[in-house]
Amino acid sequence: MSIVTVQLGQCGNQIGHEVFNAICSDVHGTHGLCSKKENESYHDACKERFFSEEKSGVPVARAVLVDMEPKVISQALSIAARSGYWKYDDRSHFCQKQGSGNNWANGYSVHGPKHKDIIMNLVQKEAEKCDRLSGFFTIMSMAGGTGSGLGAFVTQCLKDAFPASFILNHVIWPYGTGEVIVQNYNSVLTLSHLYHSSDALLVHENDVIHKICAQLMNIKQISFRDVNQVIAHQLGSVFQPIYTAEGALHYSRSPLGDLMETLVPHPEFKMLGLRNIPQMPESSLAYSSFSWPGLIKHLRQMLIANATMEEGIDWQVRLPRPGSSIPSKHSTSKLLHFNTSIANLVILRGKDMHSADLGSFQDPVLYTSWLTPQDAFNLWKTPRAFNKYEKSAALVSNSQFLLKPLDNLVGKAWNMFASKAYIHQYTKFGIEEEDFLDSFTTLEQVISSYTTL
Amino acid sequence: MTQSVVVQGKGRWRSQPRTPSALPSPVPDLCPSPPLQWASAGTRWAAASGTWRCGSTRPLTRFAFSSLSTWKSPGCLPKERGYQKGIYDEALSSFFRNVDTRSGGDGHDISKGKICSLKARALLIDMEEGVVNEILQGPLRDVFDSRQLITDVSGSGNNWAVGHKLYGCQYRENIVEKLRKTAEHCDCLQCFFIIHSMGGGTGSGLGTFVLNLLEDEFPEVYRFVTSVYPSSEDDVIISPYNSVLAMKELNEHADCVLPIENESLFDIVNKIHQMVNSGKLGSIVKQNSLVTSSAGSTKAVQEKSFDAMNNIIANLLLNLTSSARFEGSLNMDLNEISMNLVPFPRLHYLVSSLTPLYTLADVKVPSRRLDQMFSDAFSRDHQLIQADPKHSLYLACALLVRGNVQVSDLRRNIERLKPSMHFVSWNQEGWKTGLCSVPPVGHSHSLLALANNTCVKPTFMELKDRFMRLYKKKAHLHHYLHIDGMEQSCFSEAISSLSDLIEEYNELDATKAFQPLQLTRMTCGAPTSCRSKMRLGQLPPQLSVGGVSY
Repeated sequence: MSIVTVQLGQCGNQIGHEVFNAICSDVHGTHGLCSKKENESYHDACKERFFSEEKSGVPVARAVLVDMEPKVISQALSIAARSGYWKYDDRSHFCQKQGSGNNWANGYSVHGPKHKDIIMNLVQKEAEKCDRLSGFFTIMSMAGGTGSGLGAFVTQCLKDAFPASFILNHVIWPYGTGEVIVQNYNSVLTLSHLYHSSDALLVHENDVIHKICAQLMNIKQISFRDVNQVIAHQLGSVFQPIYTAEGALHYSRSPLGDLMETLVPHPEFKMLGLRNIPQMPESSLAYSSFSWPGLIKHLRQMLIANATMEEGIDWQVRLPRPGSSIPSKHSTSKLLHFNTSIANLVILRGKDMHSADLGSFQDPVLYTSWLTPQDAFNLWKTPRAFNKYEKSAALVSNSQFLLKPLDNLVGKAWNMFASKAYIHQYTKFGIEEEDFLDSFTTLEQVISSYTTL
Repeated sequence: MTQSVVVQGKGRWRSQPRTPSALPSPVPDLCPSPPLQWASAGTRWAAASGTWRCGSTRPLTRFAFSSLSTWKSPGCLPKERGYQKGIYDEALSSFFRNVDTRSGGDGHDISKGKICSLKARALLIDMEEGVVNEILQGPLRDVFDSRQLITDVSGSGNNWAVGHKLYGCQYRENIVEKLRKTAEHCDCLQCFFIIHSMGGGTGSGLGTFVLNLLEDEFPEVYRFVTSVYPSSEDDVIISPYNSVLAMKELNEHADCVLPIENESLFDIVNKIHQMVNSGKLGSIVKQNSLVTSSAGSTKAVQEKSFDAMNNIIANLLLNLTSSARFEGSLNMDLNEISMNLVPFPRLHYLVSSLTPLYTLADVKVPSRRLDQMFSDAFSRDHQLIQADPKHSLYLACALLVRGNVQVSDLRRNIERLKPSMHFVSWNQEGWKTGLCSVPPVGHSHSLLALANNTCVKPTFMELKDRFMRLYKKKAHLHHYLHIDGMEQSCFSEAISSLSDLIEEYNELDATKAFQPLQLTRMTCGAPTSCRSKMRLGQLPPQLSVGGVSY
């Protein structure tokens, strides 16, 4: 089954482009350290999922590019075509001249309805190219105007037009110290709307990825391209073909459905975080060796201690031993303050993954009381290594990972809203104070749900 | 991208060369080889208004625009890729049309390909002819379409009322018609740039009349105004009257105002002079990198200091529009500037600063120098008005970076500078950033900082004081009141508008000491109860400061 990617706004288009690059270079650039048959199987599954065939033989990405100003899309199209490995469909894009001005209301209430038909037409065309449609993967930032506002609108349209398909929104959380001054407003409006129409929100935080670039990848002058490449790598490690069941004979055919099934048992909880290990500069790969126990141990501690990368993990945070009293959520003791999960998914790629022992992820204390570890924890694996890492592990987690960032975001937005600053910019385009209040209400509910896990 | 229209005023000749005028720089006809030179010069401002209009159908790759023109020395056109090759590209199209002049009449637009004849998307308006005529005889004469000029003979006599009421009325239809025509040539008109001075009669009076007109005729299009405020030594005695009358219009009808003060421009020019002439070993300054230069000029010292001063304004506008014209990893369009920097409709005055002022000839620029650029942007002597933003309160701040600067450089510098800056309690992280890959000519990187900061207050307060000194004695009022449509109430309303504005800044300054409050957040529950809570005004009173009804 295939995934149609919808790239929205500058961020969405820049990241989407890197994602297809990462996928392609994984498939073409490496042999996967596995049997030829395995590799071919992987290759075919990947092709079907992300690309369609064209007469020229160059795979065409299953993607729709949307932006309200033309520069980014034209760059994305031309750079992809030049690579020779893949390209975008020349007709699968839509842009305007003026941009959304970082104004969510402009993206949602003006551009959305105005261009709904054209955009949905493009999506429909891509969907029809698929033999079987698994669903949609939308990429957007929350801080701006197009990705956030128009993105929220398009997501709603997708839900209406394709009720049987899954929608996974990949959302970029902006840097805490602004890229955009009204980013907290835009984010609040985006998240609250997406929560109603999306099936799950997969979040990447700019601050986190920036740190990974600085500390793990050793990049001195970090550009957005570097940030996007790390994000693309992490996404690739989740979305490349995988076996979802023990003893499965072929690669899973329903990537988005499987993801939703394992990670989103309840519609109240849709915020997914992503962690990947190891992450290092390519030049260091040759000198490093990995073991599954080591990787898994780190990954688990990253989960419990809410660490964003494999360096600087707080090893003091521990789960309470069985028999000790259940910690109250207000407890300040460090030992007891760990990251509670609803559901976790670990994805292993590489040699000997059969030997990996994931028992430590099945401790019931990790999870909220209303799910058993059998339901809450899932393991997917493939012997085919990903992108030059002979072993790699990814964790997609529906947990309190994003609780603190969300709380901070809503706090800042509320602080600004109390002074009414910038509100006139939104009411100009039809978003009233009440819409803000509704959004705040929705998100306070989400925060409350995650807090009481 | 969209088009911008530049409205600017030109002034009469004055005996003192202190008041610069910014004029659109015409682009000389394309000659085969050497890069074309931009003319840059300033004619003296009194007040006049002209309209530039810039249109672009697509994002631009390179754009060369100088708002100054000289009739004497050849101007310098920054070596723009498209322009050098004679290709009309998207960058050029934001400010120019490419007209096929072979066919007579208006000529139709050629959207791509070789440059045939560039025509500025602009309107030049002046109520006396001297300045416009100079331009039309200068090297940029072919860039301005004679059909896009509105001139008269006798000028406005430094009288806002003459400019606004008398000439406004008289030329209204003419102006509207010409505006419409130029608008029609634009695929997507995004904004008007109005360039004028505040102290005279035409730029101030007729200029603000045009501003009103633009709001009526093109309500959806942004209006950016670059206003040159009179200095305290301004030789026009009644410039405070003109300025305050104009301020009311700016308060009510402009989306964004970039105030400029001649003193600041003059100081910058002097600073550069010293640097260039200091003869420090190893510090050879690249001529074309001067923020005051018409790049490529063979003369090291400009003939008229207002040429240099005007070029600063030109570079301001170039940098402001760069991200909209060229690619970058984080684009910043003009409508984003208005969105992020104007938290309340009337607080739309932005203090600008440009760095670096010059580049040294050594090419390797270590990181330290890059950081210096950021520090300079916040220093008092780089601001284009007499203000010290670091010691006042920031409502919002935007950094538009050009060249080889990445997000990590930006973040590092923001982290470094933030602690010494005061941000208003509800916008503690109020930064808007943009990264444009293409640097200005002669530089490897540059920075434009725009701040919505209470440091504009002193400028306005001084203006008010100077106004009151005259008004209390009713000095010179009769010159205004005898104009049809002018009444005493115009004055009282204008000064009241200015006073209100100053008061808003005062209230904000009073909050400087406040910490961001830990507000009670909404509890999730019945939305209606939350809404009614809001409506009952259960918010701390001090936080409604600055709230303006809209």
